[in-house]
Amino acid sequence: MKSIADIMAIREAMQSQIILRDNADAEKETHIIVGMGTCGINAGARTVFNALVDEIETRELKGVRVTRTGCMGDCAEEPLVEVRIPGKDVVKYANVDAQKAVEIIEKHIVGGTVCAEYLAKA
Amino acid sequence: MYRTHILVCGGTGCHSNNSGKIREAFEEQIKQRNLQDDVLVVGTGCFGLCAVGPIIIIYPEGAFYSQITVDDVPEIIEEHIVKGRLVERLLYHEKALGNKAVKSLSDTNFYKKQTRVALRNCGIINPEKIDEYIARDGYQALIKCLTEYDPQQVIDIVKASGLRGRGGAGFPTGVKWQFAKNQNNDTKYVCCNADEGDPGAFMDRSVLEGDPHAVLEAMTIAGYAIGSHQGYIYVRAEYPIAVERLKIAIAQSREYGLLGDNILGTGFKFDIEIKLGSGAFVCGEETALMTSIEGHRGEPRPRPPFPAVKGLFGKPTILNNVETYANITQIILNGPEWFAAMGTEKSKGTKVFALGGKIVNTGLVEIPMGTTLREIVEDIGGGIPNGKKFKAAQTGGPSGGCIPAEHLDIPIDYDNLISIGSMMGSGGMIVMDEDNCMVDIAKFFLEFTVDESCGKCTPCRIGNRRLLEYLDKITCGQATMQDLDDMEQLCYYIKSNSLCGLGQTAPNPVLSTLRYFRDEYEAHIKEHRCPAHVCKRLVRFNITDACKGCSACARKCPVGAISGEIKSKFNIDQDKCVKCGQCIATCRFGAIVKE
Repeated sequence: MKSIADIMAIREAMQSQIILRDNADAEKETHIIVGMGTCGINAGARTVFNALVDEIETRELKGVRVTRTGCMGDCAEEPLVEVRIPGKDVVKYANVDAQKAVEIIEKHIVGGTVCAEYLAKA
Repeated sequence: MYRTHILVCGGTGCHSNNSGKIREAFEEQIKQRNLQDDVLVVGTGCFGLCAVGPIIIIYPEGAFYSQITVDDVPEIIEEHIVKGRLVERLLYHEKALGNKAVKSLSDTNFYKKQTRVALRNCGIINPEKIDEYIARDGYQALIKCLTEYDPQQVIDIVKASGLRGRGGAGFPTGVKWQFAKNQNNDTKYVCCNADEGDPGAFMDRSVLEGDPHAVLEAMTIAGYAIGSHQGYIYVRAEYPIAVERLKIAIAQSREYGLLGDNILGTGFKFDIEIKLGSGAFVCGEETALMTSIEGHRGEPRPRPPFPAVKGLFGKPTILNNVETYANITQIILNGPEWFAAMGTEKSKGTKVFALGGKIVNTGLVEIPMGTTLREIVEDIGGGIPNGKKFKAAQTGGPSGGCIPAEHLDIPIDYDNLISIGSMMGSGGMIVMDEDNCMVDIAKFFLEFTVDESCGKCTPCRIGNRRLLEYLDKITCGQATMQDLDDMEQLCYYIKSNSLCGLGQTAPNPVLSTLRYFRDEYEAHIKEHRCPAHVCKRLVRFNITDACKGCSACARKCPVGAISGEIKSKFNIDQDKCVKCGQCIATCRFGAIVKE
């Protein structure tokens, strides 16, 4: 037997799970794309991907979607992370690691300032 | 925390195409690769595009894979899940875009024109997990009603929304609830009609399979509004998956205290029981349905008294269709103005249609009222296959009628459909092309109603049988023009004298085809000819001069009706011919024609 507060708590806890399946506002959302070809995975893209998702979850950010893609071309620069904020230029970061990923979320996604020192050269 | 959700459709269509095995294969592969903490496999309800099932969707990308087999699973895991590359080969290919691969479901023409209210959770949540329903605002409407509104306010909201019954007749739902509330009685009942019986209709099944809690929640709200403590869902036993998921949903709701003696500690008491129907079409009629729940043979009784006054077990009862209930929670949460903003002047909101027949995208669609038939058939439905021409769409099942091509641009709502001689019905929509004979279609639906007539009243039991005999006579080319007039008279007689909705609407398919395709009837009678070449007794197979005398057809003919000499024209003995069409399929020169 649950109380109204219990139902509200379940809703809160489950929403972060199920939000992944809501594609309706995809065009208005921020997309972070991680290159996960063989090159990317070898260079540590999986750790970066997980760090991004974890940080978004800890900060309870809404409307940010992390997806994977295949090889992004500059294999030597992997892991590559692309940030697409609607209405702004696409930003590409190179040689990202878990710690840089957290910083990108903090400064770029939340703060709105591009982390210039991590930008890809090309 | 899962990074990826793999949604596998578990509706009846995909399920019978092995989607259960596909889900198991994904689960197994994911375990093998040690990804079970990253990837969640979810069995869902119907996505709607049943024609290309089994369907899976992978989020967050929203990638839409169609016609998947168990053998495709390793490739999807390896490419999509591990390497992040879409498997182009398995993506849905949109015919309208020159067979281009479409990445996500929401990008398809099939989905773009849809508005999902009743189907909002179908294909998104796991119907067997109450927590996923709660995450999508489930049970918020009930909480709002129990804590913020008194029963009259709930009814006022439903009234203001303009919601009308989705079972077919279109009676205003709020008014129905008000009648029941006004009755002074300690015992009242809330019933749900899930006895979906129209040939080709599967809207209610899909809602029950994909989002059972939406129906339970709405019934509980209805119970609160009219002052009832017991609900019944009357569902056909032929819907095993729907029944199973309803049972699971009811058990979960009871466990969470969303059904029972003291719902969420508010003191409100309500419970729901499932009653299985045995597939009698007449039990979808409200009085017959209630008679059946009471344990008697499912026969209708005269109204009044209406169920809201004297219904189940002689107590005030409301009976709504599954889809009607599926709209209630959204009306409460988003407000009646939101709902009333969709649709036409007298028909608000959306309507779910089960699209079938001669159409590319067979499946389930939900459109705002007022969408035209053309948009449904051409844009959402993807048009008629094999380059054939649209002839008519049949709505309302055996109670409805045909809409011909001249009315393709009419906005669909309750009143417009009635004015052109059809009806909304529960939402079956069968598309017909030039190869369908309209007399034959009328005969098909009438055969159904003759079979399903309960036999209680004479106009329906005997009248419809006589009507069918007229149609038989016409399709055999033995009828006269006098028969056609007599038949039309009989239609009106049956309509005005039958006891219940079944008989009152049974002649509708005949009347509407007569109205729009009278020339076809006359061709059968006057010229002994079936223009669509369907009615076997009126079709002749002939061999033309294009015949090379190869004898392939003669060897194939099962009754030995074809004879001739090699290298000269063959002939068909019309007395022996059984019109099976094997010869046409065999001939390599197109020398055999149907006339």
